[in-house]
Parts: sequence; C-alpha cells; structure tokens
Amino acid sequence: MTLPRRVPLSAALRYQGGGPMWAWILHRVSGLGMILFIASHVLAGFGIQQLGGDWAIWYNTIYESLYFQLFIYFCVIFHAVNGLRIIILDAWPALIKFQREFIWLEWAIVLPIYGLTAWIMIQRSLGG
Amino acid sequence: MKPRKVPTPGWNFEYLMWLFTRISGAAMVLLALIGFVGALVMGARYHMDLGTLLRWTFFPNPNHVLNSDIPDIAPWANAYWQIMQLALVFFGATHGFNGLRLVLEEYIHSWGWHMFLRLVLMVLWLITLGAGFFLVLTS
Repeated sequence: MTLPRRVPLSAALRYQGGGPMWAWILHRVSGLGMILFIASHVLAGFGIQQLGGDWAIWYNTIYESLYFQLFIYFCVIFHAVNGLRIIILDAWPALIKFQREFIWLEWAIVLPIYGLTAWIMIQRSLGG
Repeated sequence: MKPRKVPTPGWNFEYLMWLFTRISGAAMVLLALIGFVGALVMGARYHMDLGTLLRWTFFPNPNHVLNSDIPDIAPWANAYWQIMQLALVFFGATHGFNGLRLVLEEYIHSWGWHMFLRLVLMVLWLITLGAGFFLVLTS
C-alpha cells in the first residue's frame, strides 16, 4: 500500500522539481504510451494473423502515421536511457549527489539519437 | 497519528518486482542492441529503410522486414531470433504490466481495489503473453 497523497493540483503545478521531476513525468508518460502501443500491437497482430479482423487492419493504419511513430520512438528512446540512469543511480546511491549532471548527460544522449532519427523520418515522409 | 505499516525488508513481492524491473530493463536494452547489430549484418545498409531497421531492432520478427529488399528472409527466421523475440515479449509484457500496476496503485488507496486491479492486470498480462508467444512461434 502506498501513502495517500492529498496534494491539490494547484500545489502540484507550483512544485519546481526541475530536471529530475520532468524525467519522472516523462518516464511515466512514455511507459504508459508504450504499454498502450505494444499491448494493442501484439493483440492486433494476433487479430490479423488468426482472426483476419478488419479492426486489426484499421488499427494498423494508426501506428503507420508519422506522428504516432515520432511519439512512440521518443517514448522508447527516452524510457530506455532514463531507465539506465535510474538503474545506475539505484545501484550506486553515492552518485545521487550528481543527479542533476546525470539529467544533462541523459539529454545529451537522448536528443542526438532521437533528433537524427526523427529528422530522417520527417524528411522521408516529406519526400514521399 | 498512527504510524503506517511498512512491509518488512527482504525477499517480498515488491522487492522482487523492483529487482526484475531493473534487470529486465537492462536486458531489453541489450536485446535491442543485438537486434540492431543483427539488422546491419542482415544487410540493412543496402536493403532496408530506417523504419524496417528499427522494427527489426526492437522486435526481430520476420514479418517486420517483409517490405524490405532483403533477398531471402528465411535464414533469419530461425530459433535464435525466436528466442530473442520470446525473451522480449516476456520481459516487455512483465515489465510493462508491473509498471502499470505501480502507477495505478499510487492513485488508488483501497485494498479491495488493489486486489481487483491486480487480478485484471494479471489476466491482461497472461493474454498478451499468450498472444505474443503464439505469434512468435507461428510467424
């Protein structure tokens, strides 16, 4: 059981946690995004292969769109790199002292990987 | 104010899932790297577009490279890559549904709803595992 937290939304929005707070929020959002995508992708794949359902083919068209791919690729890359940061900080708690530096390092890894791929994806989709 | 009850430290469920989340997370990064190298060995530089390369990277299933120019996919649809896929399905589904459970339980405070939630997520987890394993073994 977790502790009940009775924090009003207005107070939550005023909280200034900085980098680690945003990493926590994005980790959560990207994790939920991936569950939604992967679980339904597995089920739609099963649907196409075994049941031949039109709903599964319709579902495929959603994640073939560029916007969805840009979203889910960000989820995967961010969640992976942020997860590695969490593993490292959990394994060597002394490093917590440098957690802000870890956030910068994390973005320095995520942004080039994501940006390069996103750039190619957008360019390809514009070029046809 | 009454102090809250904290579970005793040790090999309890929450600790095991905490450990599993870290180990499976690192394992999935490793599996993705193996898939990435595998796609390059397969000839991604000349026969695949970026999307196909990424699809094989994150899930090395032969259906994921159907639209590429790889002359023959058959040599790549073998037991080695099937084991990689099964590991990914198992790690991914377990890591993901446990994460979903943790997120939901932070916003729900009654024991009864927790148990109901765990039952529902357990069923969804088993369905996803079953569908995923079936797909991997038949494709």
